Amino acid sequence: MTQPPVVFTRHGMWRGARAAVPMLLGTVPFALVTGIAAQAAGLSALEQVLMSATVFGGAAQLLVLGNWACPAPVLTATLAALTVNLRLVLMGPVLGPWFDRLRGWKLWGSLFLLVDQNWGLALREMNAGGRDAGWVFGAGMAMWLQWVVMSAVGHAAGATLRLPAGHPLFFCSLAVFVCMLAGQWRGRVDLLPWAVAAGVAVGTSLIWPGSFAYIVAGAVAGSLTGAVRDMVRR
Amino acid sequence: MASGAIWGLDPLTLAAIVGMAVATYACRAGGYWVFSKITPTPFLRAVLTYIPGTLFVSFVLPALVKGGVQTAAGAVVTLLVMLRTRSFPWSMLGGTAAVWAIWAWR
Repeated sequence: MTQPPVVFTRHGMWRGARAAVPMLLGTVPFALVTGIAAQAAGLSALEQVLMSATVFGGAAQLLVLGNWACPAPVLTATLAALTVNLRLVLMGPVLGPWFDRLRGWKLWGSLFLLVDQNWGLALREMNAGGRDAGWVFGAGMAMWLQWVVMSAVGHAAGATLRLPAGHPLFFCSLAVFVCMLAGQWRGRVDLLPWAVAAGVAVGTSLIWPGSFAYIVAGAVAGSLTGAVRDMVRR
Repeated sequence: MASGAIWGLDPLTLAAIVGMAVATYACRAGGYWVFSKITPTPFLRAVLTYIPGTLFVSFVLPALVKGGVQTAAGAVVTLLVMLRTRSFPWSMLGGTAAVWAIWAWR
């Protein structure tokens, strides 16, 4: 049986955007907190909007903003974005059956708009036999618009509230990571890598305070441990 | 409010934003591009599957150690609500409310 060809239509974009609505509501607090964190770090509204619009990655933005310094930490921010977003490397190839049929802005624009949420939705649509690649672009565009607007609202709210450092609201940004962590647990296979990551990260943060190095060190040590263990077992 | 708080654009901040944007797009597009050219080894694939989880562990655990009782209690509540409801907003609200309660009570 031959499958119908992959297309990229306006109708598909619209359907993707509509399917993303529940996700949009779920990520509103995330966007607000990111805007508040940007304001607390001393970014102007313009800088905040530029960051949200071009980076479009909440985890990386929150991580960097939580460790912001003056003058701006150019190299550490870049490295942190690279490390946090390494997971995106694996997401594009999975949607290959759609992306392989696209060219130009449809391909590179869809990749720009790829985040965890619209990727998960698009994967389900593709596996259910969906052949309209406009779907992932539409869902991503809806997420992007919501992200830019709501993080700008958060920045404005932060400027009005003027929260002191150590205010409980800033716990929100850590809560985001706790939630993401809960979603990553796959079972006992993760126990050893996570334990190694925790030990190395805590150790590094105590030895070398005030740097991002502990995140990279923990992630690399834990992932290598897991991969080596899997190789030995096989 | 000073206009700098709205329209200010510091060159180093702009450089950091550009760096983050380029690094992030390199991950998004580069992954697809590289994987369409090469076949990654099973070991590299295995390493990549462990990255997301260990990365979040490495972010959260040191923050808990640094944050003390208040932060740890908030993290536990967030985790419990997340496991129970699978809802992002409710978990954040629950955890933050717990931290707020301890903060106000102290």
